[in-house]
Amino acid sequence: MLQERELKTFVEGTTNFFEVAAQQPASVGSPYLLEGSLPLHEYSGLIEVSGKRQGVVCFTAPKAMLAVLLMKMQETDFSHETMRDLVGEVANTISGNARRDFGGDFVISPPNVLSGEQPSIAPRPGSRSFIIPINWRSHSAKLVVSLS
Amino acid sequence: MSAATAHLAARSALKLLIVDDSNIVCRRIERSQEFDELRVVGTAGNGLEALEMFARTDPDVVTMDLTMPKMDGVECIGRMVAMKPAVRILVISALADKATAVEAMERGANGFLNKPFTDRQLNEAIAELLR
Repeated sequence: MLQERELKTFVEGTTNFFEVAAQQPASVGSPYLLEGSLPLHEYSGLIEVSGKRQGVVCFTAPKAMLAVLLMKMQETDFSHETMRDLVGEVANTISGNARRDFGGDFVISPPNVLSGEQPSIAPRPGSRSFIIPINWRSHSAKLVVSLS
Repeated sequence: MSAATAHLAARSALKLLIVDDSNIVCRRIERSQEFDELRVVGTAGNGLEALEMFARTDPDVVTMDLTMPKMDGVECIGRMVAMKPAVRILVISALADKATAVEAMERGANGFLNKPFTDRQLNEAIAELLR
């Protein structure tokens, strides 16, 4: 089961991503346990985790936030495909960085991206799911970490 | 620069192949690298596509993501180095554990840069690669 102290890895990874890639830090709220289904934003990047730990890491964000993030990254393409690309890349980066603490047995998949097809995700049986609230330039997003 | 000079410069430039399943990252690398001697000859979104482009474009330098569909970057590195031992490969990956970096280097990569990266970090890594 995911321990609260392990959440620090993901909090730091999220903070680091925005600070480096967007050149503007995000503020990360206190993680809280997911109870029931979590409504997703317009775009979500999911990383399946396998190996020593099993589960999923999901970064879900609204289109408006992703558009501003793309601008900060010097992108001029704000198409649907680019939004999908970005949300997957954010999820991939935060998950991959987690291997610094979890080790090489924390095996991550290429990102699977949802965009409007699924309004919510349910907690996975046998694992605890934590939500990490992210606030960036008046936009809100979430990182969901669900690991056994 | 005259057309003739530009043509000569292009011919003598080192050919760069960018491999990443994110087009955003590919564009970022192409846009942000500051080396006149590097000329981007293509981008690829997975290891299989990368091998095909590698055979077709014969690059001198490759930037390589690791977590990709169809074929991951570590396997791709091994195959590229087997095809062209002199190729210089910079891994650019979110995988931040030391074992991954060691494995990539053992397969033949010449450098490792973690995502997320700044433009400065990218160019320092490329400079180290070209030394």
